[in-house]
Amino acid sequence: MKVSKSPWMLHYDGSSCNGCDIEVLACTMPRYDVERFGVINTGNPKHADILLITGGINAQNKPVVEQIYSQMPQPKVVVAVGICACNGGVFKDCYNILGGVDTVLPVDIYVPGCAAKPEAIIDGVIQAVALLDEKRKSVREDKKEAGQ
Amino acid sequence: MLGTVIFLIIFPFVCAGVLALMRKSGPYRKCTLFVFCAVIAAVDIYFIVNSLVFDETQEYLLETHLLDNVMLFLEWALFVLIAYFSIRYKKYYCILLSLLQTGLITYLELTGQTESHIAHLYVDKLTLVMCLVVGLIGCLICVYAMGYMKDFKAHHSEFRDRRSFFFSMLFLFMGAMFGLIFSNNMIWMYFFWEITSVCSFLLIGYNQSREAVDNSFRALWMNLLGGLGFAVAIYYCVTQLGMVNLQQLIDMGSAVVFPVIFLAFAGLTKSAQLPFSGWLLGAMVAPTPTSALLHSATMVKAGVYLLIRLAPAMCDTLAGLMVTTVGGFTFFIASMLAISQSDGKKVLAYSTVSNLGLIAACAGVGRYEAVWAGILLMMFHAVSKSLMFLTVGAVENSLGSRNIEDMHGLIVKLPSLTAILVIGIAGMFLAPFGMLISKWAALKAYVDTQSILLVIFLIFGSATTLFYWTKWLGSLVSVHHHSERLENITKGSEWFALISLSVMMVALCLTFPVVSSYLIEPFLQELFHTEAVSVISSGNVLIMLMMIFMIVLLPVLVHFLTLGKKNKIVISYMGGANTGDDRSFVNSTGDAKRMYLANWYMESWFGEKKLWKPSIVLSAAAIIILLVMVIGGVA
Amino acid sequence: MSWILAIGFLVLAPLLGGLLEGADRVLCARMQGRQGPPLLQPFYDMFKLIQKQSVVVNNVQDVLVCGFLIFVVFAGLLFFWGGDILLVFFALTLAEIFFIMSSCSANSPYSSMGAQRELLQNMAYEPMILLTAIGFYLAANTFNVNEIAVASVPAIVYLPGIFIGYVFILVIKFRKSPFDLSTSHHAHQEMVRGLTTELSGNVLAIVSLAEWYENILLISILGLFFLNGTLWSVLAAVLGCGIAYFVVVLADNVFPRVKWDAMIKSTWIVTLVAGGINLMIMELLTR
Repeated sequence: MKVSKSPWMLHYDGSSCNGCDIEVLACTMPRYDVERFGVINTGNPKHADILLITGGINAQNKPVVEQIYSQMPQPKVVVAVGICACNGGVFKDCYNILGGVDTVLPVDIYVPGCAAKPEAIIDGVIQAVALLDEKRKSVREDKKEAGQ
Repeated sequence: MLGTVIFLIIFPFVCAGVLALMRKSGPYRKCTLFVFCAVIAAVDIYFIVNSLVFDETQEYLLETHLLDNVMLFLEWALFVLIAYFSIRYKKYYCILLSLLQTGLITYLELTGQTESHIAHLYVDKLTLVMCLVVGLIGCLICVYAMGYMKDFKAHHSEFRDRRSFFFSMLFLFMGAMFGLIFSNNMIWMYFFWEITSVCSFLLIGYNQSREAVDNSFRALWMNLLGGLGFAVAIYYCVTQLGMVNLQQLIDMGSAVVFPVIFLAFAGLTKSAQLPFSGWLLGAMVAPTPTSALLHSATMVKAGVYLLIRLAPAMCDTLAGLMVTTVGGFTFFIASMLAISQSDGKKVLAYSTVSNLGLIAACAGVGRYEAVWAGILLMMFHAVSKSLMFLTVGAVENSLGSRNIEDMHGLIVKLPSLTAILVIGIAGMFLAPFGMLISKWAALKAYVDTQSILLVIFLIFGSATTLFYWTKWLGSLVSVHHHSERLENITKGSEWFALISLSVMMVALCLTFPVVSSYLIEPFLQELFHTEAVSVISSGNVLIMLMMIFMIVLLPVLVHFLTLGKKNKIVISYMGGANTGDDRSFVNSTGDAKRMYLANWYMESWFGEKKLWKPSIVLSAAAIIILLVMVIGGVA
Repeated sequence: MSWILAIGFLVLAPLLGGLLEGADRVLCARMQGRQGPPLLQPFYDMFKLIQKQSVVVNNVQDVLVCGFLIFVVFAGLLFFWGGDILLVFFALTLAEIFFIMSSCSANSPYSSMGAQRELLQNMAYEPMILLTAIGFYLAANTFNVNEIAVASVPAIVYLPGIFIGYVFILVIKFRKSPFDLSTSHHAHQEMVRGLTTELSGNVLAIVSLAEWYENILLISILGLFFLNGTLWSVLAAVLGCGIAYFVVVLADNVFPRVKWDAMIKSTWIVTLVAGGINLMIMELLTR
């Protein structure tokens, strides 16, 4: 059974303007309904497979993002939603902004846009899901190697 | 056999006298106390085994004129003692109560109406059950007290060291209890009844602090009121029915309500039922062994013992109605009040009151199944409650607190004591252990006797009971990382008592069908003149044993299934703001803030302020109305 | 026969439980105007959880969670084997206490809060559970499930009030709004995931497996109200359970979550009114 059949997601709002957050929530609403793909918005890193971050990383939320990521069980993927999460966006040069999510975490999927469109977000999530299966495989192979 | 009975009654009094004289602490006193306990326990077991082999109800006729006079003299001595303390602390109402009842009994004795040539001592299977409870558990508590009082003295240097007095009181208590359970003559019973009242008064006031004195007087007047009820019942029996024999009274069945309802009233005060629960809750100010003794082996058990004895006479009478209503009500209210308490001993106190209510209600129903449940409940309660009290005392000595909130994460700090606490708590309410079996039987009995009110009390009371015990259990097992193991200063003698009681608890859970078929069922068959009725079918007993083994096997099973071996341990989730040690989080100013997790107490719903007064009024009203109805109906 | 039923429960309950949850999720989505997940989604979730790494906060959690599963299954086996229904409920309570202890042991804010609320839920529904057992006893004059199931008159004829009360507490047991205080199937609750916050991977899989078993057991007890030993009564039981489950899901989508005091007040009042009056009438009838 593939992990991708049941991707549970954790939505974290970095220093977003809330534009992308509203679009993320729109994905779970009747018009887009990501639950069609088994996606559940868990709100708990220990249950999540996908960490979906909107907004850039600033000095204050850096340790929080790192901690949440560390609490997620393997395999896991990170999706940066919106241009701010991708590289800092319009806030890039602010004194408190460190940059995009990739300044602290290994980002797997970038979903650009300001705000990112629901279609784009869903597309990103689906790609992330495909990646989960690959990671799952590599985790297994790592284990096998370690076993030998 | 008669010699053994007399030895069991007299010897504790002798021990008390010897210990009172041994003022100096040291190995000498310690050994003496241990030897006394060992002797009592050994004779007790010898007596029980012997009686079981003998297997007949034993009655002893004694030429008792001299003894009666001695007792009368001692009763006046007790009055003088009460009068002395009442005057010293300016609580004059106690003198009045004591004078009334002592006068009443003296009048009967002096007019010679109490002369009777019936068995004064009586031993049946219920007596043996009580022997088990009083002798074994009482002795273990005394052994525990030796080690505990040393630490107590060290912790509470503000109180005067009166340990010799304390130990002698413990033995006096045991002697009185033995006297009470062997007596058949109600005047004798009354005499020992009064001794337990006075003993508890002296023990509760041990610290001699303001609070202790107040609480001890509360215990005194309530128990004296019960004693007055006892005296009135005896007066009626002697003057109207011309007998002083308890068995005779019970054999009359529900024909005579008047003396039975007054005896039941005495039983209710002694077993701390509402509205008289205050004295048992106040008794907490005394050192822990006192509470353990009052709550499990003696005192309150005297109350329910009398009620169980009276059970057939209460069946379908106003007396039964009073006992079941008050008992069931107390079970429910006390278990709700226990929810709002955070002091470990207070939770235990409320739980005692609550369980005694259930036992009283079982006795009040007065049918085979109900009384069976009541007796079993009494045994399980005695063992698990003494275990709980003693363990909480030991925890308090090591931890410096007996508050449940401070017991969070105790499994890391004091693992061995926690294990014993868990056994005790599981025995108090969990399937398939102890108390639940009897609660189950009680439920069946209530349904069969169509007492809807009792059924309602029982189901709601079970729910609230579940809440406060599980809450405590949850606190104990919460695992705090980075918490230090505390030094366990529990002494050898304390360990001996704790482990013996835990073993007894487990053994009783496993062997209760045996206890039931050898002790309880024969007693009930004789009492109700019926064939054996199996209250809980053997199939269900087997299923419950299976459950016990599953619980024991669970950790082993999980270990071998290697489940969880690959688990990665991470810090707990605090919105990503965990500082890394699971104990604090980063607050809005960027500093570490200590996390504190409290249990729910729901004061606004279950607090004493909210429930205490209305429940006192309601229960008092129920008692008064029924008493008046009986008095009016008779007069 | 009784052994076949018990083994049938052991094997089929996870399948049925999963399907029930899948149907529940589809139904919920349709009520909200969404398409919803595939019917087999709960099984996909289960297999994923088993495959994932488990992160835990200590080593007692998984032991206690296993206790939860074992005693739920035990209760179910006892029920389908035809045992004493009171004992079934006691075993179920024991299982619940294992679960609560596992959450308490995590010593984390969300799971501890969840545990306290779960305990409160327990306190709220326990009287009704016991009353249900008593009701069956009065209706069929036995606590044994195998005898209740073949009583000449189905229990619901005598116990309409207790039936209503039981459906009411099923809302709590199935963790449905308005009483999904301790943990919820929906995201975005103030307590993250309450009870299960600190559980993950295969430990979480055990929890959902246990809940499948438990849900099937609870719904079977609901079915017991309709049984009288004939084939028709089995059909009636399935239909009755279906309708009751639909009502519970509807309530889930209609009502917002209430506070704890509203929950306990309403549950106890329903227990007293619906259950208590029913009990009184039964007593009068059997007298």
